[in-house]
Amino acid sequence: MLKFVSRRLVQMVGLFFLFLTLVFFLLQAQPGDISNLFIDPNLPREVQEQLRERLGLDGSVWSQWATYLTNFVRGNLGVSFSQYPRPVLDIILEALPRTMFLFTLATLCSYIVGFSLGKHLAWRRGGFSEYSVTIGGVLLYTVFYPWFAVIVILTFGSRLGWFPINGFLTPEFWRNAPYSGNQVFTQMILSLFIAGAIAAFTAWWARRQKDRRRARLIRVTGYGASLGSIVVFWALRGDMRPYALDIAHHSVLPVMTLTLVAFAGVMLLTRGSMLETLREDYILTARAKGVPERVIRDRHAARNALLPVVTSFVLGLAFIIGGGVVTETVFSWPGMGLLLLGSTVIEDVPLATGALAFIGILALVAHLVVDILYAVLDPRIRIAGGR
Amino acid sequence: MVTQDHQMVELEEGLVLEEGKLPKSLWRVRLTLARKVLRKNWRLFSENKIGLFGLGVILLFALIALSYPLMRSIGPWQNDTVYDPITGYEAVLEDFEIVLTEADVVDPTTQMDANTAQLFCFGVAAGDICTVPRQPARPGPDHWLGTDPLGRDIASQLAYSTRAAFLLGLIAALVTVIVATIIGSVAAFYGGWIDNVLMRLADLVLLLPLIPVLIVMSGLLTITLPLLGVLIGILSGFGGTAIVLKSQALSIKVKPFIDAARVAGGSNRHVIFAHIIPNVLPLSFLFMVFTVTEAITLEATLSFFGLLNVPMSWGIMLNIAQTEGYLRFGLEYWWLLVPSGLAVTLLAAGFFFVGRAMDEVVNPRLRAR
Repeated sequence: MLKFVSRRLVQMVGLFFLFLTLVFFLLQAQPGDISNLFIDPNLPREVQEQLRERLGLDGSVWSQWATYLTNFVRGNLGVSFSQYPRPVLDIILEALPRTMFLFTLATLCSYIVGFSLGKHLAWRRGGFSEYSVTIGGVLLYTVFYPWFAVIVILTFGSRLGWFPINGFLTPEFWRNAPYSGNQVFTQMILSLFIAGAIAAFTAWWARRQKDRRRARLIRVTGYGASLGSIVVFWALRGDMRPYALDIAHHSVLPVMTLTLVAFAGVMLLTRGSMLETLREDYILTARAKGVPERVIRDRHAARNALLPVVTSFVLGLAFIIGGGVVTETVFSWPGMGLLLLGSTVIEDVPLATGALAFIGILALVAHLVVDILYAVLDPRIRIAGGR
Repeated sequence: MVTQDHQMVELEEGLVLEEGKLPKSLWRVRLTLARKVLRKNWRLFSENKIGLFGLGVILLFALIALSYPLMRSIGPWQNDTVYDPITGYEAVLEDFEIVLTEADVVDPTTQMDANTAQLFCFGVAAGDICTVPRQPARPGPDHWLGTDPLGRDIASQLAYSTRAAFLLGLIAALVTVIVATIIGSVAAFYGGWIDNVLMRLADLVLLLPLIPVLIVMSGLLTITLPLLGVLIGILSGFGGTAIVLKSQALSIKVKPFIDAARVAGGSNRHVIFAHIIPNVLPLSFLFMVFTVTEAITLEATLSFFGLLNVPMSWGIMLNIAQTEGYLRFGLEYWWLLVPSGLAVTLLAAGFFFVGRAMDEVVNPRLRAR
């Protein structure tokens, strides 16, 4: 297991450097070079040359590439043009948790919704419900996404007024707040993480039990404790609670929209893989020995259909991250995506490429997490993968 | 749309049929086989109702795209100054009844308060009629879907953009097929370090979210519609499609006819282009269809953000509604919001449904039986 993880880790680092190289050549592909953006063309020729030399732009492409990589590894991503003396890394680290929050929640929601819907679709093949859910799901999958987001905002934010139409928090409410937005936000992520860890541990522990009643007892208390931990956590931070609620209120619409768009891919995949599993001999065996249909569906078929769905995560990953960028922009959610688009529009090249590089890192890390999860789920990989 | 195994069976049948009759030339045998395969695949495809629905949607949009040049040359949209999707303009005049104050306005589409009316008709009083040129005019006999905030005909824009969407989809799909089949076949045929390098690159491209990459690219380069098609084609062809096609090419590489071609003295290039690629190609058409879906939604999204150098497209239509501030009115100006969004969604979904139905033809394990 450890061998498998470390091997994947090395591969990821290799992929990451490949990705950075790609970003670097993207920068090289622009007409002229980056110095044209801020060296005044009215300066004397020698001064321009001097400036270029000081910026390290006089060397060959490969030496510039080496400088770029070493600087990146040292955490030096340059200085933003638009927020001048502020280093790019600083700006990105401020936006990163917000994007990760949106990404993680939307991914989890879309996988849960997509998997359970796909399971039922394969089980009741060919009916009216299959056609309608499939058509609806695909329409959501291929929908003109910014347009859909606008309609969601118009409906739930503007017409019904249930949720704020955009932004990360209500500025008027935070004017005299004793905390910064990110402080509260970090606490929110922490509490969600604690609850998630308790729930995951419960699921793992309950599965190891042979006795059904004991397993159920563990599940009930464990999931209860998971919910309770959130209640206790925020009971202890009473003065922070209204601010946290404000952020949570703002995050409902973006997460919901991204989930609605992303779940169909998972649903269709689950359906396909479930249809294949249902033809296996062990399903027939289970039927023959009189196992209830619901148990066949959930325990025998769905659990084995889960593996290809988890593998496909890599395919869905790019979709969700891309969707996240659009979501952030339409909802003015101040994460990496908004940063990326905003900095591109005002030609803040260091910030734009820095944000792109970090989005790449996010994709790679998520890929690694799923690989590990896959190894945990499938013993064949856990044992054979270490080779 | 069949794998090699099917074709071998069909070939044998074709030869058996041939025995009793006069000897046919090779191309006629091939034609008969192709027709038979096509008919069989069409039967499998048409079993899928959702796929047929998708095909219908695509045909509908193709009709719209084809009707555009006709409408502009011999149809009702001949007047360039009015119906050109980019430079056309017409101020539609609407009559308003003047009422005293804003509170008296019962129906805002036919009534206007005296204060606002001073902007258009100087010196009118309550009870008069004021004729106002309206920019986003509502749908009427002259403009079937109304005009946009700049006074341009929406129906003409929609038809023009349909053509652009098909063009973009075609370019992206062709580039994807070319890139993916060549990369997949070369990686499978040579193996070794070439395979390793190509597949690691494919892994990377697969992980790469297209939208952020294209956003940053649009900041560094000027992206036009054909360039966008090529970029999407390369990026989606080099990723997942190349990986799938490589595994297909691997299974073909070990077939006896490859060895036969080699023994007969075929060069590497000959074996790849004459024997491997033709057998991988049918599968790649499947991914071609999905690429079209991707290209259409991507173009719309990027145009909506105003990042592309495209004169008119569905994304630009929504972009104009947004930048001119009409989105916040919701469905009050539905003709600015609904046609473009629905067109993108429906056409992209149409291609996706067709792709899924084709998937069931290619992949027998997904079929109902």
